[in-house]
Amino acid sequence: MEYLVIIISAIFVNNILLSQFLGICPFLGVSNKLSTATGMSGAVCFVITLATVVTFLLNKYVLVPLELTYLQTIAFILVIAALVQMVEIVLKKISPSLYQALGIFLPLITTNCAVLGVALSVVQKDMNLGQATVYAFATALGYGLAMILFAGIREHLALNDVPKSFKGLPIALVTAGIMALAFLGFSGIV
Amino acid sequence: MSKLSLITRGIIKDNPTFVLVLGMCPTLATTVSAVNGMEMGLATMFVLILSNIVISLIAPVVPDKVHIPVYIVVIATFVTVLQLIMQAYLPSVYATLGLFIPLIVVNCIVLGRAEAFANKNGVLDSALDGIGIGLGFTISLTVIGLVREILGSGAIFGWKFIQGDAILAFILAPGAFIVLGYLMALFNKYIKK
Repeated sequence: MEYLVIIISAIFVNNILLSQFLGICPFLGVSNKLSTATGMSGAVCFVITLATVVTFLLNKYVLVPLELTYLQTIAFILVIAALVQMVEIVLKKISPSLYQALGIFLPLITTNCAVLGVALSVVQKDMNLGQATVYAFATALGYGLAMILFAGIREHLALNDVPKSFKGLPIALVTAGIMALAFLGFSGIV
Repeated sequence: MSKLSLITRGIIKDNPTFVLVLGMCPTLATTVSAVNGMEMGLATMFVLILSNIVISLIAPVVPDKVHIPVYIVVIATFVTVLQLIMQAYLPSVYATLGLFIPLIVVNCIVLGRAEAFANKNGVLDSALDGIGIGLGFTISLTVIGLVREILGSGAIFGWKFIQGDAILAFILAPGAFIVLGYLMALFNKYIKK
């Protein structure tokens, strides 16, 4: 039950893109096409879950016992950068096709603030390992959901006659705003 | 390029929010009021200026292959410094901006300026560039915050001119996207040309 609440709240109520504003750069940058949006969501999903587990363990068994918690930001970003690099190498070896599909999105994830944001908020919220893993995975699912929905809308938007000064990002932002308004409807269900 | 134009360029021609469209997360998340937006902008400017200075100094000796990790560590160090200073002297500001202070590390503006400017220019120019881009970011965030505050809570810099509730959606998530979208369109039409 407790996990169910975490899952629903992370996917719908506190959607990472539409209500917490983490990872907006790729949300606006690669949502032009549905296929790239799906690739990006898959990669982010994988890295967020893995990074959260690793940084959680690092924090609990290294930083806290040694009283180095003020190094959290630096340690976490280094771990994430190293992890992304490692995932890249491993994927290249094990599954070249998946590696090809994710392409340049993998290195870009290092600077996706959703990854660092989830890792830091798990620590701030004092979750245990199980909760943290479920929370990270559900958050990543919410990321994918919003991203894929948004890419679908933008593909249609590209065919419409938009006023000149609204072309490109401004209209995309207004669209995202309306989506966020729709997601507000979920607030209060948990 | 003259020293003054290095600063003014960041405000209009290379405005980080409306033209370069970088650092969107704090732009959307922290602009619930003009004051909050301004505080976030100033915090980012602090990191931007210092990291630009240090990176312009170390750039010649950093091997090309590892330059991104090195820059990120430099930036993360200044963010930690900022976190500690804010916790000590401005705890209330630190509490409102919350997660977005440590997240300055992954703000693409900071790394972007390191890559695009500081690693090929001198110390003084890089510092001025940091000031210019930082000012541009601060002004943009303040303006967005001001619009959202007027519409969403009926106040200007905390001074309420409407009794009771205004259009609440503008200080919630949807308002951030919509206000930024409209401001960007206005900027395209009247300023950028």
